[in-house]
Amino acid sequence: MKKRKVYLDYAATTPVDYRVIKAMMPYFGEYIGNSMSLHAQGVKVSEAIEIARERIAKYIGANAEEIVFTGSATESNNLALKGVAEANPEKKKIIISAVEHDCVRNSAIWLRGRGYQVVMLPVDKDGLIDFEVLKKEIDKETLLVSIIHGNNEVGTIQDIAKIGNLCRSMGVYFHTDASQSMGKVAIDVEKMKIDLLTASSHKIYGPKGVAILYVRDGVRINPIIHGGGHEGGLRSGTVNVAAIVGMGKAIEVLEKVGKSENLRLIELRDRLIKGILKTIPDCWLNGPKDNRLSNNVNISFERVEGESILLQLDSRGVMCSTGSACSSNNLAPSHVLLAMGLNAPEAHGSLRFSLGRWTNEADINYVLKVLPEVVKKMRKISPFKPFDKTQGE
Amino acid sequence: MMRQQFSYSKKVLKHFKSPHNLGKIKDPDGVGEVGNLACGDVMKLYIKVVENKISDVKFETYGCAAAIATSSITTDLVKGKTIEEALAMTNKEVIDSLDGLPPIKIHCSLLSVDALNEAIYDYLKKREKPVPEYLEKRHMRTITLQKMEELEHKI
Repeated sequence: MKKRKVYLDYAATTPVDYRVIKAMMPYFGEYIGNSMSLHAQGVKVSEAIEIARERIAKYIGANAEEIVFTGSATESNNLALKGVAEANPEKKKIIISAVEHDCVRNSAIWLRGRGYQVVMLPVDKDGLIDFEVLKKEIDKETLLVSIIHGNNEVGTIQDIAKIGNLCRSMGVYFHTDASQSMGKVAIDVEKMKIDLLTASSHKIYGPKGVAILYVRDGVRINPIIHGGGHEGGLRSGTVNVAAIVGMGKAIEVLEKVGKSENLRLIELRDRLIKGILKTIPDCWLNGPKDNRLSNNVNISFERVEGESILLQLDSRGVMCSTGSACSSNNLAPSHVLLAMGLNAPEAHGSLRFSLGRWTNEADINYVLKVLPEVVKKMRKISPFKPFDKTQGE
Repeated sequence: MMRQQFSYSKKVLKHFKSPHNLGKIKDPDGVGEVGNLACGDVMKLYIKVVENKISDVKFETYGCAAAIATSSITTDLVKGKTIEEALAMTNKEVIDSLDGLPPIKIHCSLLSVDALNEAIYDYLKKREKPVPEYLEKRHMRTITLQKMEELEHKI
């Protein structure tokens, strides 16, 4: 019997949609120009890039000139924080949340080493920042506020419009990392008063290796990569044509299927959450019940460690992750879960399932069949039994 | 550039999926417990000693795949050994027997050797047998480390 494969790690990366692959193919062998070349091949590819730019801009309510293509969301976030800091040396305070992705967090920490004051806003048990605390923190020294839109680990969706309005009214720049939320929550940079926004192609069924930074017209920002002056001078380096065409196509597909896809995913997500909480004792959902990304499920299991469940599930064909996949090389418990008030053992016992375009009901049923067995098995190995679960707290 | 190895050897996964000597021993002659929940690894090792030889050994572990696999292989390696032989075991033996560990998981192998030493320490103390000086030192180091880690994680 063929072993069932259930991929539930769409938040780590998505497969490339077949329509996207088809759109990209001509840009490997047929249209091979460098977008900076003046000959026919160069013109052909730069046209394709501008069509993609236009489409992506429209999708988030921006103008095409405000979209900068980069190599990854990590690069976009680095550019947003360091580029804005570099161009506005008169202000030295940056506010982020305690639940940012490492690329925002570590960029901010890097700036702290260069004389910046960095404030990490605390969050409540659902992972939401306190609006009043943010308001108090913004002062005349403040340059930039950067708050993640949809959290990559626990799926919490922040009230970006409210934060954007506050920042605009107080005259500070507002950046949001929308890598996880793009396609799942409607984004309008005008209405939401966003100055800078990061989004990534490989989280929306596009190829890896391309992302955008939206930079509102008028925002003062310097490049962090210097060279031939591509992307309006903000990001030099030969433009990744096929990937950009792919990201444009991925957005086009989202325009068509995004809405119904999210409704379908919410139903499957809630089915998985309810099923796990019902069949497995001593576990709970991390993050809010409703105000969360349509595809995110994050559960903590008492008395077992996340990685051991992950690998047991993997051997049964189910692929998921512990916290953020990027931190699999890091032994420390997730800073996101700790910020939400979990203690270290509770954070160590967490697992993230993220659903996507090709997840179906049979997949969810299969997980609900094998997960209880796995948790039971690992708890049997554990020296901690239900009665001494307070140990270590 | 440093190469980063995240994946486990086949042997680690084999021991992780079907660990040997799993469980408790009723009336053990020695028990060693090391690690703490904050770090994500806790090992409990039980030994039975007959005529100065480890006749039976079992374990319970909370932790990652490496923690479970190192516990399992340690019990395999130590079964049938004399107390002296068991005390001479190093974490390198554990790592080699598993065909290697990712660098970030090396500490798991130290933990399993510590658990074994603690179990032997417990056995010697209970039987009022002389404890070698180096074992006394290791014991002190193990419990000090544990306390420090607990303080660090403020739990």
